[in-house]
Amino acid sequence: MNRLLLFLPLGIFIGMGVLFWIGLHQEDKSALPSALIDKPFPTFILNTVESGESTNHLPEEPILVNIWATWCPTCKAEHAFLNQLQREQGIKIVGINYKDDLVKAKQWLSAYGNPYMFNISDPDGQLGLELGVYGAPETFLVDSKGIIRAKHVGDLNTKVWKTLKTKFEAME
Amino acid sequence: MRALLLLVLMFSWPSFAVVEGHKYQFENLEDTQRFTQLAESLRCPKCQNQSLADSDSPVASDMRQKVYELMQEGQSSQEITQYMVDRYGDFVTYEPPFRPETILLWFGPVLIFSFGVLLIISLRKNQKTTAVDPLSEEELARLQALKDKADSL
Repeated sequence: MNRLLLFLPLGIFIGMGVLFWIGLHQEDKSALPSALIDKPFPTFILNTVESGESTNHLPEEPILVNIWATWCPTCKAEHAFLNQLQREQGIKIVGINYKDDLVKAKQWLSAYGNPYMFNISDPDGQLGLELGVYGAPETFLVDSKGIIRAKHVGDLNTKVWKTLKTKFEAME
Repeated sequence: MRALLLLVLMFSWPSFAVVEGHKYQFENLEDTQRFTQLAESLRCPKCQNQSLADSDSPVASDMRQKVYELMQEGQSSQEITQYMVDRYGDFVTYEPPFRPETILLWFGPVLIFSFGVLLIISLRKNQKTTAVDPLSEEELARLQALKDKADSL
């Protein structure tokens, strides 16, 4: 019994090693879980980037809501993938142009392509605050009833989409 | 009387909280202090180890502005904290809530401590006390000689 006790430090060491190893390989340590999962998308009255008309609701179908800005380098890296998602898989995406300049946003869309059904302009970040956005890009999965089902912080890419796709397809 | 007047004036004078170079104006000192306290007790979601009061990130500045607005609307500190938790999650407060998934966080240290105490107790119990033979005449004499030598140094 006493002899077995001698192995205790080794056991603790291995245990901690395993925990640290998991910690090191976690995908993104800075990604926080959203407080809005299974909650309705916040209400808003904002203008669209494209026409400047006021809008206050999302389309009633499963969509991605993508928060982006021209000052955000990762958004640029992500943009080609969003184009591809829309073109090849017909995924419906609504953009939120977050704390950005309207002119630059329009230039961006004509230069890099527009994968969005429409873009909501959120120049002061009020809708962003309601959504708990803390860094662009962020993407929400919203179902046809306007309920937020999942959130991804960081860029969308093939690898991320693999896991998000199942969640997206599970939405009504 | 004059001191009292001064005190009343002090507390009713508009005052400013200056956080990260931004000025927030309040009608009294009490609110200014409440604002500073709130900014220090809410964590910036972008910068992990900084409070809203320390961080110069844009999201922290937006959140400070919102705290300010909500205070102007007359909301209590608790309501404002809840407002932020509803949007940014438990991460924004430095105090983790008491819930099933946080039990380990709350009781882990106590658990590890009591485990250590138990370990020490059990190790002590198992320690065998071996009686030491008394010194022989010869050894006693040698010990005395060494002591004398040490004293004379």
